[in-house]
Amino acid sequence: MNHNITMPRSQEQVLATNKVLKNTYMLLSATMLFSALMAVISIYLEMPPMVYMGAVIGSMLLGMFVLPRTANATSGIGVIFLITGLLGFGLGAILTRYLAMPNGPEIIGTAFAGTGIIFLSLSAYVLTSRRDFSFMGGFLFAGMITVVIAMVANIFLAIPALSLALSAAIILLMSGLILFDTSRIINGGETNYIMATYSLYLSIFNIFISLLQILGIMGDD
Amino acid sequence: MELFLKIGLAAVLLMLVWRLYPAAKEQMKNGPKGSSDDWKGLILPAVLLIGFVFLLIMMVRS
Repeated sequence: MNHNITMPRSQEQVLATNKVLKNTYMLLSATMLFSALMAVISIYLEMPPMVYMGAVIGSMLLGMFVLPRTANATSGIGVIFLITGLLGFGLGAILTRYLAMPNGPEIIGTAFAGTGIIFLSLSAYVLTSRRDFSFMGGFLFAGMITVVIAMVANIFLAIPALSLALSAAIILLMSGLILFDTSRIINGGETNYIMATYSLYLSIFNIFISLLQILGIMGDD
Repeated sequence: MELFLKIGLAAVLLMLVWRLYPAAKEQMKNGPKGSSDDWKGLILPAVLLIGFVFLLIMMVRS
């Protein structure tokens, strides 16, 4: 049975969906800018790489336990800025290491441009085709669980080939999540713009980090 | 310090798996299933994405 049938929607539903989409993109832009500012501060302060791990732990705990409870209130906006600011600060510690490499600035620029192109292309694809990608949910969740378990193993094993394979898998999974999340917003499946922003931000952040890692390893002779 | 952070990160990631598992189970059991055409429609974007990443690698290597 095909569940992916687009039902006729009332004008109110369409207006509500457009409002969620507009608010999501506005909040996403603001959080990206704030994150970039925090990354610049972190680079200026020359933070050690372990700050990244601390920032990821803090932001994940906030994302799992605090954000879902505050997402329907104004305080949710503060929490999402806290999460994205923390991730930006952690990212700065990673970027400091890349900037010390001979072709580091080129790798960072390429990863940044690549992430932007991937996000904009996938979003444009969903917004113009209006396709429903909700059928990908099971596959994406199962894929994420598999990747996270492999990531836990690689924290201690530190196998470069596994790290590279995980980065490639994360780019594919996060790209799928951008399709899935954007499709959910335009089809009315996601009505909370704070949670939608959080999900899209994480996809973009993970694509950037993974691209950075792939280009850092493969770009080196 | 770094070992403590690694253990902390692993613990938080396992917590994420524990949180994701019910949603994944629910999605796989009762979530919408795509037709073969739906899945075929993903092949082109996936191939373009992989090709684009290879292009970025070539750009950095050149």
